[in-house]
Amino acid sequence: MSKTYLDLSAVGMRFKTDKGFFEALVDVNLKIAKGEFISLIGHSGCGKSTVLNLVAGLTEATSGGIILDGREVDGPGPERSVVFQNHALLPWLSVYQNVELAVRQVMKDASKKEIEEKVRYYLSLVQMDHALDKKPHEISGGMKQRVGIARALSMSPKVLLMDEPFGALDALTRAHLQDSVMEIQAELNNTVIMITHDVDEAVLLSDRIVMMTNGPAATVGEILNIDLPRPRDRVELADNPHYHHLRQQVLSFLYEKHSKVTRLKTTKTTKSSAVA
Amino acid sequence: MSALLNIKWQNMAFPFVGLLAFLFFWQIAASQVTTTLGSLPGPVATAQQFMGLVDEHEAEQDKKTAFYQRQEQRNADKLKADPDFKVTVRPYTGRPTFFDQITTSLITVATGFLVASLIAIPMGIILGLNQWMYQALNPVIQILKPISPLAWLPLVTMVVSAVYSSDNPLVAKSFINSAFTVTLCSLWPTLLNTTVGVANIDPDLKNVSRVLKLDPLTHVRKIVLPSAIPMIFTGLRLSLGVAWMVLIAAEMLAQNPGLGKFVWDEFQNGSAQSLARIMVAVVTIGIIGFMLDRGMLQLQKWFSWDKRSELR
Repeated sequence: MSKTYLDLSAVGMRFKTDKGFFEALVDVNLKIAKGEFISLIGHSGCGKSTVLNLVAGLTEATSGGIILDGREVDGPGPERSVVFQNHALLPWLSVYQNVELAVRQVMKDASKKEIEEKVRYYLSLVQMDHALDKKPHEISGGMKQRVGIARALSMSPKVLLMDEPFGALDALTRAHLQDSVMEIQAELNNTVIMITHDVDEAVLLSDRIVMMTNGPAATVGEILNIDLPRPRDRVELADNPHYHHLRQQVLSFLYEKHSKVTRLKTTKTTKSSAVA
Repeated sequence: MSALLNIKWQNMAFPFVGLLAFLFFWQIAASQVTTTLGSLPGPVATAQQFMGLVDEHEAEQDKKTAFYQRQEQRNADKLKADPDFKVTVRPYTGRPTFFDQITTSLITVATGFLVASLIAIPMGIILGLNQWMYQALNPVIQILKPISPLAWLPLVTMVVSAVYSSDNPLVAKSFINSAFTVTLCSLWPTLLNTTVGVANIDPDLKNVSRVLKLDPLTHVRKIVLPSAIPMIFTGLRLSLGVAWMVLIAAEMLAQNPGLGKFVWDEFQNGSAQSLARIMVAVVTIGIIGFMLDRGMLQLQKWFSWDKRSELR
């Protein structure tokens, strides 16, 4: 593995509650190289989102530290942009203006033309350049998420953080967006941390999958290297025995070693109820 | 198509029927009540009296034009005789008519309401953004909010008399008294609704702002204000309603020219026409209040970014 770009060392997080302290994360260690695509997978409540928020700087770790590109993370900033689960577009701004707001923040001295070029570039990257003047409520859920991704990318982040970016979408739209993300990743080679519940999604998109143990006091359980060659094609992978092997390893971690639900008779129901 | 027409017809017909029924009952009920000044005027008598007020206004208007014409003529003549003559234009000092009173009332309420909004909206934004400020000021606000305009007015009058004294006042004291009382009473709905609107911004949007590192001013302009617009307007509409109600009471007591004073003067006057004239004023107050609210609603529709939401 190449040089460490993002380093989470001994990160711990506890929240104060009415019943005393709640230990959410304990001793999370993770080293990520530049240009890597990392998926965080685990059951609900295992602290995946907490890890993401810590890297984003939206919450502050109670112990340990996070170093990005030689500098400690303290507070949020556009170099760690976030794709929110529910797009979080400003409903009163058009598609164009939503991205423009972000571009303006990172290119303070740029001319109007430079900003416009950049906004158009990122919106065309997610194939949304046909709807520049639409308001968020006028476009579909998948399109909103595309704009959310364009906004995050337009900040030229050092790390792109995605919090279940496709969680609220239907299966077909989701597949379509996953392909888009892979294409964009091939072009821009961003460093990405993505939270997901979806095993197929994790294997398809990631270079490494970080599997987290169940909370409270969750931490990194196993890390799985996904050495499938790129570009990856979901249809071809369906016949690939190595793909199935990798997939099986994630499933076994989630449902055998760290199963959260009491098993029902058929494994299929177990899976769907655990995912929900 | 016919269904569409039907709905349109319904939308017209039902309010019309309701209004007609109301006028009918008004007419019946009014004739049953006899006061020292005769029986209560029904809608017909009120309408007649309204026409009378229109005539009065026109007559007064004619007198005014004639007065200025005479004055102009006189000044021109004097100027011809003596080129050094300094022309002074004396204002017409006739009795203000009903419609003059309406204008005065509208100006007063607009002033008071505008000042209240200019204080309440920024204040509400600050309280909504700052939990500590909110906790510190909330008790004060809750105590000041329910105070009746009638309780404020004597204090306001005294304070204005003490503070605002000039030999050549720009505006009358009575005007300031009523406008200030309107401000004091109509601050609160806008203030509280703005606070709630600002405090309840979608946490995701707040995070967006943090990730983008928006400076406080941009944060307020791009995130806070648009988010809170619906609540701000709810507050403004409530405030304007309060302002209009308070104004009438304040004008009666402050003897500020306006609809309130018109009602009070007619009440003191006690002529045979007084009751009908008061009734005209009462109906007018209602109609103007309704139109103010509609105007505010139109403004809200115009300002609202969410054109889908149904506003009523």
